[in-house]
Amino acid sequence: MSSKTLYDKLWSNHLVLQRDDGTALLYIDRHLIHEVTSPQAFEGLRLAGRTPWRADANFATPDHNIPTTKSERSQGLEGIKDPVSKIQVATLDDNCREFGILEMDMNDIRQGIVHVVGPEQGATLPGMTIVCGDSHTSTHGALGALAHGIGTSEVEHVLATQCLIAQKAKNMLVRVSGQLKKGVTAKDIVLAIIGELGTAGGTGYTIEFGGDAIEGLSVEGRMTVCNMAIEAGARAGLVACDKKTLEYIKGRPFAPSGDLWDEAASAWMELKSDEGAVFDSVLELNAAEIEPQVTWGTSPEMVVSVNGRVPLISEEIEKSKQANYQQALAYMGLKSGMAISDIRLDCIFIGSCTNSRIEDLREAAAMVKGKHKAETVEVAMVVPGSGLVKQKAEEEGLDKVFIEAGLEWREPGCSMCLAMNADQLGAGKHCASTSNRNFEGRQGFGGRTHLVSPAMAAAAAIHGRFVDVSAL
Amino acid sequence: MKKFSSVTGLVLPLDRANVDTDFIIPKQFLKSIKRTGFGVNLFDEHRYKDKGKPDADNSQRPINEDFVLNQARYADARILLARENFGCGSSREHAPWALDDYGFRAILAPSFADIFFNNCFKNGLLPIVLNREIVESLFKDVEATPGFALCIDLETQGIKKPDGDIINFEIEPSRKHCLLNGLDDIGITMRDAERIRQFENNWRATSPFYFTLK
Repeated sequence: MSSKTLYDKLWSNHLVLQRDDGTALLYIDRHLIHEVTSPQAFEGLRLAGRTPWRADANFATPDHNIPTTKSERSQGLEGIKDPVSKIQVATLDDNCREFGILEMDMNDIRQGIVHVVGPEQGATLPGMTIVCGDSHTSTHGALGALAHGIGTSEVEHVLATQCLIAQKAKNMLVRVSGQLKKGVTAKDIVLAIIGELGTAGGTGYTIEFGGDAIEGLSVEGRMTVCNMAIEAGARAGLVACDKKTLEYIKGRPFAPSGDLWDEAASAWMELKSDEGAVFDSVLELNAAEIEPQVTWGTSPEMVVSVNGRVPLISEEIEKSKQANYQQALAYMGLKSGMAISDIRLDCIFIGSCTNSRIEDLREAAAMVKGKHKAETVEVAMVVPGSGLVKQKAEEEGLDKVFIEAGLEWREPGCSMCLAMNADQLGAGKHCASTSNRNFEGRQGFGGRTHLVSPAMAAAAAIHGRFVDVSAL
Repeated sequence: MKKFSSVTGLVLPLDRANVDTDFIIPKQFLKSIKRTGFGVNLFDEHRYKDKGKPDADNSQRPINEDFVLNQARYADARILLARENFGCGSSREHAPWALDDYGFRAILAPSFADIFFNNCFKNGLLPIVLNREIVESLFKDVEATPGFALCIDLETQGIKKPDGDIINFEIEPSRKHCLLNGLDDIGITMRDAERIRQFENNWRATSPFYFTLK
């Protein structure tokens, strides 16, 4: 038998049927639901008189619209000031109740960002197919699952049929080898990868991340890497399952236990690419050369080292990119050639499905402990990824570390990553953000986002500008 | 789903690479629980000078006259001409809903982001990949010729230019079939319900640990 990649295995394990026209029906093990991309899908089911194929394959939690201040959250649904947001969150509650779908609602301690909650609850398991109406579903690939975002029509299709009409992607391997420098994190790895691949370099591929630098990451770090596969254009990112993966999952609420655990664990250890498996494309990176990364523009591919400069728009840059770069510089209010360390920061955001897990918060807290945020930084907020992450952080005293350093300690949700709730970046303001997208207006109308790691964002809060955490 | 057979209409050029879904429809409009009504907020942050709100009266908002959508020569355009990696970013289907609601029926670009591309087909909107040189020459044609229109015919997979030249394009047969006939994916899949059931029973037997969410 020929050697297979991990993606090949996951694909063939879930193949219900292959049609002559190149499309396939893929069985979906887990469907994650949030309030923004599901209401029209549930409405579609109702209009057609359909019911979910397998209600217990789904679970839901509201995250995008959820307020993050204690005063609003303490009043539950009634506390959501924006009436349109409130309707959307209430609609999710109603739909889950009507169709018998497990929901961790906004008053549930387990509520949080769907991509944080899935793995945390053991609802994300190796070898599964996982979909969600959110492009950052790629996160779950860190556990050796085939996971990607889908649109609302597909949400309805998965609810109704437990399948997705899919076409097999090509295989790409991104191998990161060698020893990371101190202070360089999973976020820096993935930003460096996107810098190499470009924002569309992974389009049409499933990317497997491998090499000893990826193996050396914690499972949470791997989630950060897979989370941003979509920013390189790849719908799905993957990391092979190993002992760390199993240790991470064991004992979680929805993980199998007893004999079923043993059976699962032995199956999951096979979830890796075979020796000699052929990839359509391979990218190699040397971990030792990666420095802390900072985006300067309006696409995640517009990224440089913290010690670098905003690019000079010169003939060295491809002609087709020059207009793009000019637009980005104009929007960001930056000068071509200026040092990254000269950018003045107004806001710090630590959170999002990329970086709001307990290890991210520990990494950030270590940077601000015993210090105080710069006076020029107007807003600095830390938004944990789930109620349970928040609880754990508080047990460890991280909340106090942040508060004493002048950072706000918020309730869990997507928050200023996409600013659908009240947490919005002001026009013209520069934000060091641990999120995943620096698109125009992403964090708020006219807001200027710089993507960085939690350590980099926290250090920036103290200094009011970017500093090289690997040199501290 | 809405059928698509052909479209004849003005071409609107959006000369910008990596147009993301936040650009197409900003997040504040995603709070709607409906599929319609997004057209007035298509490209909102570029089309208007102020920050849009879901309940605002858009007719009272300051218009950005420089933005291509507001130029009289492109009023009522049905075909969008775009650059590389159109539709990158989030999975929000609100992006094709907004384009469709505005009146676009087809998008021509050298490349599209995967999720967006897929979402278009679910909504009777035709995304067409053309090679870079052809897109470049179309941008020049549109710029040089007020009233530049194209006629796209799905059955013959041809785009007819005003001078009578035809540009051929590729489309996957299954997607073409669904668009031409306005077929509902769920209905098609449900014809294989028995196969799905068999797969599921087998999967449950061999991998029972995936069926533990109760």
